[in-house]
This record gives sequence, C-alpha cells and structure tokens, in this order.
Amino acid sequence: MVSWTEKDPIVSIKDVHKSFGALEVLKGVSLDVMKGEVICIIGPSGSGKSTLIRCINALNDIQGGSIHVRGIDLTDPHLNKLELRKKVGMVFQQYNLFPHKTAIENVMMAPLLVLKEDENEVRARARDLMKKVRLEEKENAYPGELSGGQQQRVAIARSLAMSPDIMLFDEVTAALDPETVKEVLVTIKDLAQDGMTCILVTHEMGFAREIADHIYFTDNGVIVEHGPPETFFTKAKDPRTKDFLSQIL
Amino acid sequence: MASRRAHSIHRIQTDLPVLKPFYVPPPAYASASHWLANLPPYTGILLFLPLLIWPFASHAAGEFTMFNAFEALFNWIPFLFTSGFLFNVLISLFSMLFGTLAGAVLGLGQISKISPVRRTSWFLTQLFRNSPWLVILFIVLLALPFEFVIFGVIIAVPDWMKAVFGLSLPIMANISEIVRGAVLSVPTAQWEAAESLAFSRQQILWRIILPQCFKRMIPPWMNWYAILTMATPLCSLLGVEEIITLSRQAMEAENNHPELLVPFYSFALGMFFLYCYPIARLTIRLERKYAVKL
Repeated sequence: MVSWTEKDPIVSIKDVHKSFGALEVLKGVSLDVMKGEVICIIGPSGSGKSTLIRCINALNDIQGGSIHVRGIDLTDPHLNKLELRKKVGMVFQQYNLFPHKTAIENVMMAPLLVLKEDENEVRARARDLMKKVRLEEKENAYPGELSGGQQQRVAIARSLAMSPDIMLFDEVTAALDPETVKEVLVTIKDLAQDGMTCILVTHEMGFAREIADHIYFTDNGVIVEHGPPETFFTKAKDPRTKDFLSQIL
Repeated sequence: MASRRAHSIHRIQTDLPVLKPFYVPPPAYASASHWLANLPPYTGILLFLPLLIWPFASHAAGEFTMFNAFEALFNWIPFLFTSGFLFNVLISLFSMLFGTLAGAVLGLGQISKISPVRRTSWFLTQLFRNSPWLVILFIVLLALPFEFVIFGVIIAVPDWMKAVFGLSLPIMANISEIVRGAVLSVPTAQWEAAESLAFSRQQILWRIILPQCFKRMIPPWMNWYAILTMATPLCSLLGVEEIITLSRQAMEAENNHPELLVPFYSFALGMFFLYCYPIARLTIRLERKYAVKL
C-alpha cells in the first residue's frame, strides 16, 4: 500500500510530542528502527518510555511530529488501527491475559477471530508457540493457575500468534519475581536471535547490554543519549546518563 | 517483667505505614436480599405466630370466630394459590424477562461510543430508576390503550399485560445499571490488551469483557427479581386479579368479617416469603462465590 522497502526504517519516529492534558510527556522524540533490530529504551520512571512505545501501535495518539510503521502514517486521520495492530505485537507489564480463557485459547483467540484463520492451523501454530515459550504442558491451564513468569510467556506467545513484524515490550519483567525474570528474558532473547524486530522498555540493564543493538536513554520527555551498548554503558557523555547509570549499575 | 514486655510489644510504635483492620460493608445494591437472607429460616414460622394469638385477642362479640375465619381461608387457599399467587409469579417472570432484555440493550447503550445513544440510554435509565414504581404503573395503565388495531385485527391489551410492561420499566433501568457497572468493573488493561491484538470494539465487548463480568451480574440480577416479585401486589391497585385482589374479593364473599383480615393477608405474606427467601439465600451464596475472583 505504502512505499516501504526493507532498506527503510521499519519504525520511524520524528519529533514526536505527546501531552496528557497540560502535562507534556514527550517533547520531541526521534528514533529509527531497522528491520531485525533490537532496541532498548531506558530511563527513570516518568520519563515517557512507556508512552512512547504505546504510541507505536496507536494505543496513545500524538499531538505533534510523525510516526511511520512499515510506511503506514500513524497521524493519518483515516488510519486503520486494526490493520496496524495486526503488524505490531505488544506485551504489557501486567501480562493482561484473558482470565476466562485457557493459556492456549488466549494464544488462539486473535488469529481465529481477527485473522479468521482455520482452527486446526491456528491450533497447530499455538502449540508450536507454547513449545517455543517452554509451556507446552500448561496449554489447558487458566491464567489464574500460572505464575507471573508463565503468564508473561503466554502473553508473548499470544502476541506472536498474530505473526507480527514488530514486537513491543513494555517493562515486561517489572512485575515479576527475580527468579522468574530470567525465563521471560530467555524467551525474548530467542525471539531477537530469530530476527524479530523488538522495541523494549526495560530496567534490566544487564539484559539490555546483552541483547540490544542500540540503546536509547530518555529523561523528561527527550532522548538524552543513545548508542550501541558497548559505548553507551562505558562511555556515556551526558551527566544525566552518567548519573542514572551510576544509580542503576 | 515478662508481661510488661509483652505489653510493650503489643503497643509498639512505628513510623511505617500500617494497614489497620478495616470492615468492608456489603455492596449497597444487594441490601434487600441481604436483609431477607439474613433472617433466620424460622422467620417463616414466626410470621404465622400472630394467628395463634389472634383468637384469644379477638374472641369478643359476634358469632364469627377465629375458627370460622380459618375454615374460610382453607376453603379459599386452592383458589388463592392457583389463580392468585401463581399469577403474581407469572407477572414477575414476564416483567423480569422483558426488563432484562431491554435493560441489557440500555446498559450497552450507556457505554456506547455514539454520544446520542449514550445520552439517551443514560437519561432513560435515570428516569425509570428514580421514579416510584406505583407512579410508573399508573401512567402505563392510563396512557396505554386497552386495545390495538393492527391490519383491522383488534388486539385487546388486558390490564395484567400493562402491569407487566409497567413493572418491567424500573427493572429495565436497574438492569441497565448492573450491565454498565459490570462492564466498567473489568480493568481497562483488558481492553488495551485486546486492542493491541487488533480486536474490534465489538469483539472486545462480546468476546472478552462481557464473558468476564457475566457471573458478576447474576447476584444483583436475582436481587432485583426478588424485589420485583415482592412488588407485584402493587398491581392490585390497577385491578389486576392477583393474590391481594383475590384475597380482598374472597373476604368480601365471606361477608367482610374483620377476623378474616389476619389469616388472609398472613397467607399472602407467607407465600411471598416462601418464594423469595430461598432466592435471597441463593443470591448471597452466589455473591460470595463470585466475589473478588479476578
């Protein structure tokens, strides 16, 4: 539909402004993500990280600037949000599984109802995905019967079932016990190695350093500093970045 | 010394925030059922106690004794039950059916994205929720024609149908509020998760939100059914031949002896209690079962 080739950024954010009432949360943020890239957005709470990635699948609208995803203009008033969201998967901090459905039903629901795919095909794919997140034996468990880490992995499988081009992770390990964080991170790492384009908001610095191609540090609604992890973590220039890293690391 | 220490531990001071013991009052919407269900089951028997005392209190003048009054009641019971009380139940069932269907539509209208639909639904809900039932009944009785003519065919509208219509209006408004409240009780995160999976608003509502809050709607819904059933005697004021109307007619047929009043009305009271009490108990049980289960 739109002229977009794999040489162009799959997500292109230019000078984005976003306000909630009088409070300006994003004050001119720009960043580009290429296909297959893994980027991590870090920064203190309230710096606008989550708002930024929620803008990428139009859960939040923006007041200024532009966002293009695979060439789709998100500021277009005739934007088909449903078409956009089929291409952009999202995983939340609080998992948000549907409590009245079993794990595998959670995974199957969107492909069946949104993409109207064949049930047997969807079931086979859901089984594969449950295996991929190492939960094949929990297929028929209800979310209430699963641990936080298990629920989060089902949530990842649920997003992957739509075969998205981009995955957004919004502080997906922030609500988890330390011992279950790892199982979720391993799942994300597998995904990244398979070539999925991932945009993560995270507080896991070690993980960001290990997995990210590029790190963005946001503070007070702007991107303060960015760079590949090697230079970012060791040769940060801005005092705010240094301050933040010294508190975290 | 040891007791002193225990005492001081008990009164330990802290600057940290402390969650003090608190009492969560039962939800207000279920108060009628709570009141009814908290009555001990023997209340039913107690209701009939005045009957035992009455003969000694009013043996006074006249030939007509309490014994005669009971004899009269027993003669009338089959008629009062089958033509009277069962008719009340029928009215309550029909009113509930129509009230629920209309209330569900109105409740969904209240959360519509279309502003005129939302405003109209809100207005109708508030109007019928905050009007006295008797006033609604009188308006319906007087405003509706006693017959319709459709394609030359005359369709009579009996008073009891008007009563059903009149009673279903406040039920509709209250069910509307139940539906709206239940939908809003589902965390917005569920909407967002579904939106991010490209579900349409319709799909989210029908496939994800409503299935989650359906169970939560059952106890308040049953509560309104019990209230409705207890309100059906209002129809006697419209001349509908339900249990109270028939009881009055029966007493007239028995020459209006004052001794008849207590046996006849106690019978009606007992019927409603026997019918509504189990419903109230079940409501409370379901309420506990479905409480805070996210």
